[in-house]
Amino acid sequence: MKIPFLRDGPERTPRMINASILRSSFERRGLLIGAVQGGVGVLLALRLGYLAIAENEKYRLESESNRVNLTLVPPRRGWILDRNGAPLASNRADFRVDLIPERLVDADATIDRLGQLLSLEPARIADIKDKVSTARGFQPVEVASGLGYEQFAALSVRLPDLPGVVPQRGFSRFYPTASSVGHLIGYVGPASAEEYEKDPNPLLITPGYKIGKDGLEKQFEKELRGVPGARRVEVTAGGRIVRDLETREDVQGAPIKLTIDGPLQDYAARRIGLESGSVVVMDCRSGDLLCMASMPSFDPNSFSDGIGGVEYAMLRDDERVPLRNKVLKGLYPPGSTVKPMVSMAFMQAGIDPNETVFCGGGLQVGNRRFGCWNRRGHGSVDMAKGIYQSCDVYFYAMAQRVGMDPIAAMARRCGMGQEFPLPVTSQFFGTVPDPAWKMKKWGREWQAFDTVNATIGQGYMLSSPLQLAVMASRLATGRHVMPRLTLDTKPQGFDKIDFPAEQVEYVRKAMSDVVNGPGTAGRARLPIDGTLMAGKTGTAQVVSLSISNGKSGPWKYRDHGLFIFFAPYDNPRYAGAVVIEHGGGSGSAYPIARDVMTFLFDPAKGLEALAALEAGWGGTAQQRLEARYAAYAAERGASVSRPPRREEEIFDRVEAEARRAATQPEAIADEVIAPRPEANPSGTPPGAAPAPQAAAPAATAPAAPSAEISE
Amino acid sequence: MNTIAARGIVPEPIARQPWEMLIPLLLITGFGGLVLYSAGGGSMQPFAMSHFIRFLVFSVMAAIIASMPRDAVRVLTYPAYLAVLVMLLGVEIVGQVGGGSQRWLEAGPIRIQPSEIMKPAVVLAMARFYETLPAGMIGSWRSLVPSGMLIVLPISLVLLQPDLGTSVAIAFGGVVVMFLAGLPLWWFLLAGGTGIAAMPLIYFFALRPYQQARVTTFLDPENDPLGAGYHIAQSKIAIGSGGLFGKGFNNGTQSHLNYLPEPHTDFVFASMAEEWGLVGGLFVLTMYALILRWGWKVANESQDRFCALLAAGATATIFFYIAINLLMVMGMAPAKGIPLPWMSHGGSSMMTNMICIGLLMMVNRWNRMAPRRGLTV
Repeated sequence: MKIPFLRDGPERTPRMINASILRSSFERRGLLIGAVQGGVGVLLALRLGYLAIAENEKYRLESESNRVNLTLVPPRRGWILDRNGAPLASNRADFRVDLIPERLVDADATIDRLGQLLSLEPARIADIKDKVSTARGFQPVEVASGLGYEQFAALSVRLPDLPGVVPQRGFSRFYPTASSVGHLIGYVGPASAEEYEKDPNPLLITPGYKIGKDGLEKQFEKELRGVPGARRVEVTAGGRIVRDLETREDVQGAPIKLTIDGPLQDYAARRIGLESGSVVVMDCRSGDLLCMASMPSFDPNSFSDGIGGVEYAMLRDDERVPLRNKVLKGLYPPGSTVKPMVSMAFMQAGIDPNETVFCGGGLQVGNRRFGCWNRRGHGSVDMAKGIYQSCDVYFYAMAQRVGMDPIAAMARRCGMGQEFPLPVTSQFFGTVPDPAWKMKKWGREWQAFDTVNATIGQGYMLSSPLQLAVMASRLATGRHVMPRLTLDTKPQGFDKIDFPAEQVEYVRKAMSDVVNGPGTAGRARLPIDGTLMAGKTGTAQVVSLSISNGKSGPWKYRDHGLFIFFAPYDNPRYAGAVVIEHGGGSGSAYPIARDVMTFLFDPAKGLEALAALEAGWGGTAQQRLEARYAAYAAERGASVSRPPRREEEIFDRVEAEARRAATQPEAIADEVIAPRPEANPSGTPPGAAPAPQAAAPAATAPAAPSAEISE
Repeated sequence: MNTIAARGIVPEPIARQPWEMLIPLLLITGFGGLVLYSAGGGSMQPFAMSHFIRFLVFSVMAAIIASMPRDAVRVLTYPAYLAVLVMLLGVEIVGQVGGGSQRWLEAGPIRIQPSEIMKPAVVLAMARFYETLPAGMIGSWRSLVPSGMLIVLPISLVLLQPDLGTSVAIAFGGVVVMFLAGLPLWWFLLAGGTGIAAMPLIYFFALRPYQQARVTTFLDPENDPLGAGYHIAQSKIAIGSGGLFGKGFNNGTQSHLNYLPEPHTDFVFASMAEEWGLVGGLFVLTMYALILRWGWKVANESQDRFCALLAAGATATIFFYIAINLLMVMGMAPAKGIPLPWMSHGGSSMMTNMICIGLLMMVNRWNRMAPRRGLTV
């Protein structure tokens, strides 16, 4: 190192540089560079050894994870079976196509191309574009399922030009009875982002994999899911599959065996016809729910393909709320169907059933007169006649004697206001009013007219069709029958006797007379020799007389028609309830009960009756739904509204609407109900009913009523 | 010096060839061809065949260079340098006219990248310059400024292309010649110190965003595993997963399934290491070491300053390729398009390296013809 300016003066002599100095400098410096180069070589060798030996394991793993792609094979979903093992929900092998939004290069062009290849409807294409534009990267968007092999093949050869398009063989959920089981079974759909966050299972974001979204599909998700298979494949960096390495088969989800009788469910759903309502049938020897039909409904098959904007708009705009499960979430004033139950309460309170009350068409309590539905009066009425003629005055009079509390207790004992241990996503439990309840909820004293209203199933009283069916079973058997929905649960409540045998006999006979005797539902008689059905009609008023007479006028102001029943009357086997929303009276309900029971005992005869009716209605429920959809889509197809982003929004909305609908009758709870004429072909002709007169002045309606309901 | 010649069996024209370099060179080229055969999906096309053909063509070229007489080289050095400089200028002009940047000139089917030829050309010109510079002037400004211009002119043109890697390669060859020419050591220390101090400034003001990205990725590769860091990460996976003996010929998954980018050019070493493991890697390093050692031997045996500087400069140029490429594939230098001599697929680097080999063989031949003349110049 000869740095000039660091040197001291005197010793400094200008150095003569000659060739030999340069040569030796060259050799020294050459050696230095050579050494540096050697050092770099050693460094490289060490680095190489470090990577290849010390970190070999780490990098070999990374190389494997590069090379090997583990694809989950979605497990086949477990079947949902009816009590006889017939599938209510099964799987169908098909070809399907999904989009991975993240991998799309030109989303719109790709979707248009797909629409062309698969001949999709414009509305569907618009739906897909909408979904892709809002989907999160990892969420696959279904384009189409149930494709034919030709379409699938045509698409497969064009895949290189369509990045992000994933065609595959798979299974799609299939509901053979379609809309008949819509509310009961629910449907399936791709997991939403929220569901994936809650359960970060890679299976949930596997293209084509669907989870239960509603009803039993959602409730039994764990059992139905199964174990995914796995396919290990070697892939290139571009994602092309080079070869299969190994495959593990999936394990299908466990089947769920329901107590539902599939054909009966389908029959009842179709028999509801053009009405909006529900039919519940139970086996009163086991508590098995044989049928929980709620119509109108949606087609779970098309919901499982992803809800289309047009279809959703049609369902949402329908005032008959096809998205609501009316069996569990419809709450109605039970009307006169409570009378057998109230009779039980009277007998428990010590009233002799043979004691008579004179009905002159009304009862004076204090300074008020409460009318019977039969303004001309029933004359002398005992308990049996009170039931089969549905005489209101008998119940007014006896209820004044025993008070509200025993009646409310009996209502609860019969299942009203109760929640049942069923595997359903949500059930409303309605209201059984009593003085304490009214004070707590409304801060007002219990009035005489409250008892009067309650004894005829009006006022604040609300119950669901399921509760009415349970009430029918408990009245029929005298036992505390608990409903059950799956075959693997134990029948419950049969060890608990609710009513003494003689009281049960008495009520059975009276209820039989409703149908088979001089009662209010003569036309409900079963067309089967030797099998007598017992029942009780109910007509529930929803608005005050000043708004509607309940029979005609706007649909939503018409009376609900109700009917509870069991058969055979002397040795009850089946029991149930039919509720027809705004059917205009019990006359809309009991013919349905009659046909459903006929089908149970004699399917051929039942189907014959249905075929005649369906010819007049324009096809089965499913056919009518499809026709309506076609008409609706043709009319509105141009302006497709967006379906909700999340299924949860649908349910929240349906739930909110159901709660609001349940509060409708409360508006008239604070006034005396003038009972509507019961359908009574053997008695008064409907038109002959006297004009309503002395309806008490409508009290101020509760400001913001809300039914006492729960999930 | 030649053990084979001593046996007297082999004819003299063959025996006098520098086999201690040629054998490693043939082995490394052959091995490179094997790796390219695998990278081509187990076939001679498209890489391996053209690799061999190019090697043959450029071998002939190297032989022609090797047979050039000393005087002719001395006369032709500056004109050759100027010609290449004009070609570089031509690239700029064509690029300006054609719009967009480009790095090559086209003459019929041949595509010439003048910046590649400039590497040996600069070494030649520098060696020639210091040969003619009187010894007494070493250490004065006249030993630095003209030679500095020789480096700065082509570098400026190459930087305009823009091609940072080649610029650095040209500078490296030139600076090594300067260093060996005996310029005062403290100049280099000063320049190095200034360079280090200026690095932040260069990073923020001179580099383009993609070049900055390369540097940041090099400093923190985990930061961007799927972006710019992807190449180096995949290269390290390829090398590391090879282990001691590799996955076997034609069994590399990283290269065959396209995880490794450019498995036949920049990352050919990773391709090789994946299939041949540490053993293959050490073999390649050894071959390069033998070739470079021979280069230094030629330089040390040179009779005059021109030959010594030329041989050392050519060796340094080859070394630069090897070192930067290998440091890069092992994740120790920023990713830059510098191919690996005699292994990577590509004509330009093959040509540059074969010119360097040709120049070394030429000097070697001169050395043999006239043994070193002691201390005279």
